[in-house]
Amino acid sequence: MATEAVRRISNLDVERLRAHHRMMLRIRAFEEQALKGLEDKVVLGAIHPSIGQEAVATGVCANLGRGDILLSTHRGHGHTLAKGADSLAMMRELLGREGGNCGGKGGSMHIADFSVGMLGANGVVSANIVIAAGAAHAIKLKGENHIVCCIFGDGAINRGPFLEGLNWAAVFKLPVLFVCEDNGFAATTRTSTMTAGDGPSARARSLGIPAVEVDGNDVLAVEAAAAELTSAIRSGGGPRFLQARTYRLTGHTGADPAAYRPKAEVEAKWKEDPIARLADILRASGLPDAEIDADVDAARREMLDAYKTAFDTPFPSSDQAFVDVQDVGDPRVEAY
Amino acid sequence: MSRITYLEAGRLALAEEMRRDPTVWAVGEDLGRGGVFGQYRGLVDEFGPDRISDAPISEACIMGAAVGAAMMGTRPVVEMRFADFALCAIDELVNQAAKARYMFGGQTRVPLVVREPLGMWRSSAAQHSQSLEAWYAHIPGLIVACPSTPADNKGLLKAAIRCDDPVVYMEHKSLWGLEGDVPEDPDYVIPFGKARIVREGRDATIVSWSNQVHIAAAAADKLAAEGIECEVIDLRTLWPWDKAAVLASVEKTGRLLVAHESVSVAGFGAEVAATVAETLHRALKGPVRRLGAPRIPVSYAPPLEDRVRVTESRIVSTIKEMTADRSAAA
Repeated sequence: MATEAVRRISNLDVERLRAHHRMMLRIRAFEEQALKGLEDKVVLGAIHPSIGQEAVATGVCANLGRGDILLSTHRGHGHTLAKGADSLAMMRELLGREGGNCGGKGGSMHIADFSVGMLGANGVVSANIVIAAGAAHAIKLKGENHIVCCIFGDGAINRGPFLEGLNWAAVFKLPVLFVCEDNGFAATTRTSTMTAGDGPSARARSLGIPAVEVDGNDVLAVEAAAAELTSAIRSGGGPRFLQARTYRLTGHTGADPAAYRPKAEVEAKWKEDPIARLADILRASGLPDAEIDADVDAARREMLDAYKTAFDTPFPSSDQAFVDVQDVGDPRVEAY
Repeated sequence: MSRITYLEAGRLALAEEMRRDPTVWAVGEDLGRGGVFGQYRGLVDEFGPDRISDAPISEACIMGAAVGAAMMGTRPVVEMRFADFALCAIDELVNQAAKARYMFGGQTRVPLVVREPLGMWRSSAAQHSQSLEAWYAHIPGLIVACPSTPADNKGLLKAAIRCDDPVVYMEHKSLWGLEGDVPEDPDYVIPFGKARIVREGRDATIVSWSNQVHIAAAAADKLAAEGIECEVIDLRTLWPWDKAAVLASVEKTGRLLVAHESVSVAGFGAEVAATVAETLHRALKGPVRRLGAPRIPVSYAPPLEDRVRVTESRIVSTIKEMTADRSAAA
């Protein structure tokens, strides 16, 4: 398979692929470290890992510039890292510490870094689809050139905001790329058992939005598909839709052993691990094992260091609970 | 001063703010044709369809898109037609607009205004008549405004549009045609949390807002003819609300009645009553009273619809009960 992929992409840019590989390794290492933190009861609340889905974040975000806008889901660490957020600030946020992206107020489910155009994960499934439409609406009103990318899961397509947001983007011809990161599960239920019709891209097409389906575990295929779609959007073509089929190798949350799926299924899916697949391509194109191992080690070291530094960072002062509620009617003035 | 209606005052405020700030835009169903009550009539001619934007019947997306557009530096004014329909967009307002600034640690602001016309109006029945202002006062992050006069509809809508946090702006459908003197100053902005003393009085305080203010004032006129002087306070905004004005008044009168059109149970009157009871019980000459709707939906047939109203005569008789000991005490 690796050689086929190597043949498919002639003029292989090994450095570019290696950068993708490094990004995916960083995402994997970040989440493995976060899960370790959950075990240690240092990471709090719920963690929704995207282990096995890193190629979607990496391939899509490779097509977004700093000025472009990204909105994500509760499973958003990978998207946030791929958009350029700092791993230490993210780790501090997961540990609820000072200097976290959201000052410790959001945690994993509200991870956001507006300084890199990442307008937030969202704890409500599907909610960011309409917000993304609005962000794109503002870009159009202001006559700017950036685009918006909204990533959501396959579970999101059965909520109203999916229909409303896609319809809105199509009606107003807005610069949005909708990415359905289709991991097959809506929380702990197989999405197919609860979804009528032909699925996400068929629904998008029914609203006149051109849609492409791609192997979401093939970072190069994701990157290429997203490149074509974002280029159409940038040239004023209105919204586009990408359905990236992948698989969530872990449970819904860090606390979910995912006992509802056969072991054999998960083992088979591990053989399609997007990181291993890209590593095979890199090896086939001549990158020595030692270099690949060095990238793995660097990613793990970065996230372990981030974790240790975050652990040594104090919690925010409890007075911060009263900050950033609202200006008028501020609870510090109005009390309770 | 110019004499214009409550509806025209709202339209004027929006037009002036749109001239003043190019990032202000309005979005909702039928706005290009003037909106369901004509509040937007003619605005599309001046500002064009991008800034007076029609929308699909898609409340969740209207509100959600406004959240995204607000986070991206514009100031959307969202029209929901009826407060009842805004319930289709509660996630977008309560989970998203009200929380974004806080849960993202101050990285963003959501300067949107959502106009939600409320209240009973011409046999509109259960899904077009509700007064749900108290719900929003309960949500951290939101401001809640309930203007009762044309001047306030200009000054408060301007304040709402200039505010950097989300504002739930609830005009009363029965007030659209009410005429009043409105300052022509384009910077006539009424600060939130500043009550209006509608009339002064020494015997009892009546706190109200929105259309109910006018009924309370009429009741106070009637009571004055019988020698009972009520101080009538229009709160104007429920969050923030002018505790200082209410406490100062009750300290003087020793009696408080809160009157509102919405359901009495868990209504905002309970908040006002509790605050006064917690703070001023020694100054109180009798129990705090509330008048609101019974906990039933609004009906279509006039006798049924009227049954839930807090009428002038109910206010008069309640105040008389509250002040029955007045001459004895005096």
